[in-house]
Amino acid sequence: MAKLHFSLVAPERQLFSGDVDQVDAPGAEGDFGVLAGHAPFMTTLREGIVTITDGTTRRAFSIQGGFADVTGDGLTILAEQAVEAEVSAVH
Amino acid sequence: MASLKEMRNRIASVKATQKITKAMQMVAAAKLRRAQEAAEQARPYAQRMAAVIANLAAGVTGDAAPRLLAGTGRDHNHLVIVATADRGLAGGFNTQIVRAAREKIAALIAEGKDVRIICVGKKGRDQLKRQYGDRFVETFDLSANRVMTLGAAQPIADLVLAEYETGKVDVVTLIYSRFKSVIAQIPTAKQLIPAMVEEGAAVTDLGGANYEYEPSEEAILETLLPRNITIQILSALFENNAGFYAAQMSAMDNATRNAGEMINKYTLEYNRSRQAMITKELIEIISGAEAI
Repeated sequence: MAKLHFSLVAPERQLFSGDVDQVDAPGAEGDFGVLAGHAPFMTTLREGIVTITDGTTRRAFSIQGGFADVTGDGLTILAEQAVEAEVSAVH
Repeated sequence: MASLKEMRNRIASVKATQKITKAMQMVAAAKLRRAQEAAEQARPYAQRMAAVIANLAAGVTGDAAPRLLAGTGRDHNHLVIVATADRGLAGGFNTQIVRAAREKIAALIAEGKDVRIICVGKKGRDQLKRQYGDRFVETFDLSANRVMTLGAAQPIADLVLAEYETGKVDVVTLIYSRFKSVIAQIPTAKQLIPAMVEEGAAVTDLGGANYEYEPSEEAILETLLPRNITIQILSALFENNAGFYAAQMSAMDNATRNAGEMINKYTLEYNRSRQAMITKELIEIISGAEAI
């Protein structure tokens, strides 16, 4: 399966950058998932959890608002504040 | 001429000073590395932000454009943010920023504009207070922050936005020192409002596909632009911080070298007069012996 290039950046540093299978994020108008080859799309984010799925591994980040930008090159999330969260706490 | 004891004291005191400047230089070097790292880590966010705004701004024009992007349509009330460091002993670092700020402010006043000032950093405030103290809106003291965080930039951005929203200012300019390299920091004036779309930021090629916006293009821009102000201020603070330590490091390096030169000079002088004294005493003894 094609991989999605994903980067999660906070104002003070970059938290994640790499190729993954899927990213789920809390959009302002509802949660959404992004796979490779998603149509260009931009949205604001509300407070919530961003989940990154790559194969069998999962990582979760708790964010407080921000923007998601999906282009042909992949997905970029500009989070206002982000910290890595426990995956088990999410699922 | 100074007595031998006085000269010994003087050499000891210069040596003590040299130790201090040497220590300061090393501390600045360590802090510079950290500040540089922080500035570099903050860069991806600022770059993405600029790219996204450039993308959006290309699509939004005319009346629909948010005021932060289009401006108020006037150019009379200027707000100048002068960002300096809180501490000195960094050569001409603060003075250079203040000089750039003075030139800018004087030029605006000469054009008949109304200029008000926000000072970030103690040194800039101290240097501008006498001349432009009555134009100060607010001063920020960041000396409590050991590392720059978003929390330091937020109140400044909030104030700027509040001033803008209430129509008290039309144009906002930020003056800070751009960290070009360890030996070059360039005082720079950057216009924050109306937002300048960076020319370098490439518009993403979507390969013919259309962007979809949630909720809408304008709504996104409206939340993004104020955010961008904060980020711009934050990155200026980061650059300032790195520049400050770089300037301090080279200033202290110079001071250490000068102290070394001074020690050499005094030591030479000290040895000369010591030898001269010994020679004089010998002559006295010999001529005394000859007289007998």
